[in-house]
Amino acid sequence: MSGPSRELPRWVDIGLIPLINLLAAFLVTGIVFLAIGESPVGSVAIMLNGAFGYGSGLGYTLFYTTNFIFTGLAFAVAFHAGLFNIGAEGQAYLGGLGVALVCLPLGFLPMVVIIPLAILGAALFGAGWAFIPAYLQAKRGSHVVITTIMFNFIASALMIYLLVNVMSPKGSMNPETRTFDPNAHLPLIHDVFAGLGIEIASSPLNLSFVWALVCAVAVWLLLWHTTLGYQLRVLGANPAAAAYAGMKPQRLIIIAMLISGALSGFLALNEIMGAQNRLLLEFTAGYGFVGIAVALMGRSHPFGIVLSALLFGVLYQGGADLSFERPSVTRDMIVVIQGLVILFAGALEHMFRPHIARLFSGSRLKAKEA
Amino acid sequence: MEWLDLIAQISGSAIRFSVPLLFACLAGLYSERSGVFDIGLEGKMLVGAFAAGTVAALTGSAWLGLLAAILASVFFALLHGFASITHRGNQIVSGVAINFIAAGLTAQLGETWFDLGGQTPQLPNDARFMVIAWPYAETLRGVPVIGQIYSQILSGQNILVYFAFLAVPLTWWLLYRTRFGLRLRAVGENPAAVDTAGISVPAMRYAAVTCCGVLCGFAGAYLSIAQSAGFIEHMTAGKGFIALAALIFAKWRPVPAMWACLLFGVLEAVAIRLQGVPITGIGIVPVQLMQAVPYILTVVLLAGFIGRAVAPKAGGVPYVKEK
Repeated sequence: MSGPSRELPRWVDIGLIPLINLLAAFLVTGIVFLAIGESPVGSVAIMLNGAFGYGSGLGYTLFYTTNFIFTGLAFAVAFHAGLFNIGAEGQAYLGGLGVALVCLPLGFLPMVVIIPLAILGAALFGAGWAFIPAYLQAKRGSHVVITTIMFNFIASALMIYLLVNVMSPKGSMNPETRTFDPNAHLPLIHDVFAGLGIEIASSPLNLSFVWALVCAVAVWLLLWHTTLGYQLRVLGANPAAAAYAGMKPQRLIIIAMLISGALSGFLALNEIMGAQNRLLLEFTAGYGFVGIAVALMGRSHPFGIVLSALLFGVLYQGGADLSFERPSVTRDMIVVIQGLVILFAGALEHMFRPHIARLFSGSRLKAKEA
Repeated sequence: MEWLDLIAQISGSAIRFSVPLLFACLAGLYSERSGVFDIGLEGKMLVGAFAAGTVAALTGSAWLGLLAAILASVFFALLHGFASITHRGNQIVSGVAINFIAAGLTAQLGETWFDLGGQTPQLPNDARFMVIAWPYAETLRGVPVIGQIYSQILSGQNILVYFAFLAVPLTWWLLYRTRFGLRLRAVGENPAAVDTAGISVPAMRYAAVTCCGVLCGFAGAYLSIAQSAGFIEHMTAGKGFIALAALIFAKWRPVPAMWACLLFGVLEAVAIRLQGVPITGIGIVPVQLMQAVPYILTVVLLAGFIGRAVAPKAGGVPYVKEK
């Protein structure tokens, strides 16, 4: 944007400002807590204890973190290319279909075969659902924000139809598929550790956490160490320059969205193959939208995204414990906190910047302005 | 004349379904015509519905409920304005934030205040906007066509329905026949020109988002204290996004907005009618398909296959005054 941002040291830009935005969000959250008659400090203590204080709590925290790494990366890849993919919800939903279509019929295959196939299924279906908005944006100029919103709703309708009418076992009234065969369950981390002779607390944390970290490294390599990544970033920074430099914007738009959709689809690995072991309704539970906040907090850098995903993981697990210990706090409170973080860290990210800029390069900047 | 009666019934309920869409769609129209994209219509409707349900339950007055809905919704609209006009924040992110805060806050506060699983108490009839029966509606019911239109479509609606349809010509007049409207449209197309003419771009945009807030308040109040007797968690259920779809469908114009909302209202009414009913030659149409039609139509429209939807030029772009 305008001048002052360039005057700031890097650590202020990527560290201090997000931190201040976060504090502002938490301050307002504190006021909401007071309004419903709960002590903010006491609540924070319960949340931190719930997120880190015991083994299975930590496991749940990292389980949620996994979801947010996937959706955060998904948003960031498109964002670097100048695209606003808010369709992660729908893409993740379809990713679940991809996972189920592998796990239901192929449950007899050995795990080492079925896991890569499921990853492929999630990626293909997630990317496939992102392809149509991508194609329409690239070739016909339809705004990807609106088309991805619409695709979230279409995905929801489609999945309800499939789960109610097509995929639920005969005679079952539940809108869900049968449970996958044991070979098609992603190994849980505590089982893996038990196999190595180490006892850790049980939680739904599974191997997709490792896959999420692999994806983070892969996205980092892609964006900053490949020609394609460079082209995506040029497209995002200056589409005209990208076109003049001989890059193909239409092709890049589609590629960025396909990668983004595939990453969204991986959410299903964690939720469907790792935890639920069956395809069911509404498993995306807003994680796709929270990915926007995760990416913005993490400054769209994979390392930052992993950190901010952890923060949101803490909020989720800590919030769950809090609503358990304090019945007056419902799980909706987490949604409020997330909203406030999105507001302050995302939409209001420039609010404190001029003040901080003034603090740092005070007299120099003032002299220039005068 | 049984099918005539059926058409009248479907039309009547289509109108009732289209009213919240119409309020929200016109709301989005003001905001987006001024250059502020708003995907937070859903959230503003929801806080409006909650405020209306709460205040109507506490005071027993539907009108105070409506007022509360408007105030709450305008507050969130100004928040959106503060982020996207004053601080030039990303309008999409701000809209997402508002939807989150609204969804969480209404459910949490509902639970805290009323302890009814996130709902507000069931409202008695005199704390709601009830249907108004026009004179001789029952007597004329038997007369074909005219009687049915009179008794089942014109009569038997609540006052907010009439407000919604009055808001259409009012919006048209305001937008195309007043100085305010001219300026509002201009800041959405070319804010620099408006700025050059000595008119404050932020002031115009704040005025527009305030109009948006007022209308979302009406939409929310309609849901909780006219159509139903109280607020239910997440009761907007995506209506804000259908309104957004209708807005695109109407190419950001008020009268087509009304037709788009009516069309989507008809789809909803027909979907409910057709649930489980086989149609000759087609079989049972999945209700989910009917529900997805507005979204699919919008995508097709955006792709340029049925006309072209051209958004206000400066939409989504924060205005930076030249230094």
